[in-house]
Amino acid sequence: MLKETPSQTAGPYVHIGLTPNFAEITGIFPEDAGKTLVNDKTPGERIVIEGRIIDGQGGVIKDAVVEIWQADHLGLYNSPYEPRGHADSNFTGWGRCATDMQTGEYRFETIKPGRVPFADGRIQAPHANLWIVARGINIGLQTRLYFSDEAEANAEDPVLSRIEHRARADTLIARRAGDAYTFDIYLQGENETVFFDI
Amino acid sequence: MKTIPQSNQAPETGTFFTRDRNWHPPAFAPGYKSTVFRAPQKPLIAFPNTLSETTGPAFGHDMLGLLDHDLIHNFARAGESAIGERIIVHGKVLDERGKPVPNALVEIWQANAGGRYRHKKEGYIAPLDPNFGGCGRVITDADGHYAFRTIRPGPYPWPNGPNDWRPAHIHLSIFGTGFVQRLITQLYFEGDPLIPRCPILNTIADEKAVAQLVAHLDMDNSEPMDSLAYRFDIVLRGRRSTPFENRMEGN
Ligand SMILES: [Fe+3]
Repeated sequence: MLKETPSQTAGPYVHIGLTPNFAEITGIFPEDAGKTLVNDKTPGERIVIEGRIIDGQGGVIKDAVVEIWQADHLGLYNSPYEPRGHADSNFTGWGRCATDMQTGEYRFETIKPGRVPFADGRIQAPHANLWIVARGINIGLQTRLYFSDEAEANAEDPVLSRIEHRARADTLIARRAGDAYTFDIYLQGENETVFFDI
Repeated sequence: MKTIPQSNQAPETGTFFTRDRNWHPPAFAPGYKSTVFRAPQKPLIAFPNTLSETTGPAFGHDMLGLLDHDLIHNFARAGESAIGERIIVHGKVLDERGKPVPNALVEIWQANAGGRYRHKKEGYIAPLDPNFGGCGRVITDADGHYAFRTIRPGPYPWPNGPNDWRPAHIHLSIFGTGFVQRLITQLYFEGDPLIPRCPILNTIADEKAVAQLVAHLDMDNSEPMDSLAYRFDIVLRGRRSTPFENRMEGN
């Protein structure tokens, strides 16, 4: 077996590579990859996911990039490795957003994902997968976002129920207000978000 | 919400081999000061891969512009080119089982020949090169091969210790076939005396892992009177085989 290439921090200038137009390097790529997940024809309930990333001193991180990967409204992933059928072609399932250089906010316009089975066949609660990179993060952080208005599904979710401390599981629940869910990510401290080794 | 019915025999792609986190740099590594308040402190939680982990976005070659792989020219004015040592960086994207990964999106970014990034927050005194943007992207071919043209980036100082310098490096972001293969790393150049002095590289415990991040001079693929070549292979996490593997790859 070969060894996986070691991870290295994305560094403070990650935007040049991942979101060059955001970094005002224009004319190379017409649009930053992952800028939009949906179009006018995407079926499903339109939602916004937004939040901030907070460091161990309570500071909002303004140099991170967040990627999202989620199923379509029926719970299918837009991937050649999705064995159960074809996801809706008007939904990419993948998005990328730099946190705002002033406010630290990230934001995705997307749809509420459908449910996806767990390894043993149980059905997971609707969720989105997030990956976070930034200066000072040596290896990308993997987490999940669940939805506050899915209490019943969340209660039986196999991943959430694996988290022993109830309060820790709550760090993965995005709070709904109108059509927007807020999901703040805490890298350290009492409210440290659950990160996964998956 | 409608759910997809699943049979007992539902085909599932292989799950990924567990990540060897001792091979990677640890999250908390005080020699690299920025990790101190950004490293999670609680243990990571593990669970078996589901489709959320074994699937990932796919990218088509049609997304690429003609000069996306050519950082010497993709930001330059017509007829001009970036200043610096012209190089080719190429290699294969493989998985841990040594299988090539085709159709993998590889994105790169780097400082210019003087060690200066084109970024608002960058304050190093070295000048910008008006003909150098600093980013590019390619998608691996059927054999997992990729190649960029660029200039060799310069080393640069950074605020960590009193006099820390980054060795010359190129940042790389790689997509595999599953979202949990997602990887960002940095490529260094063979023989650079700053490599053993780098606080970021020194967060890696195993010197063999550090060696894996060093690109090697590849005279056979250099272009006489034009560019030197450097070889850099990238290894992503491997999948366990499943009875459905062939079928999945045929998709
Ligand atoms: Fe750098």
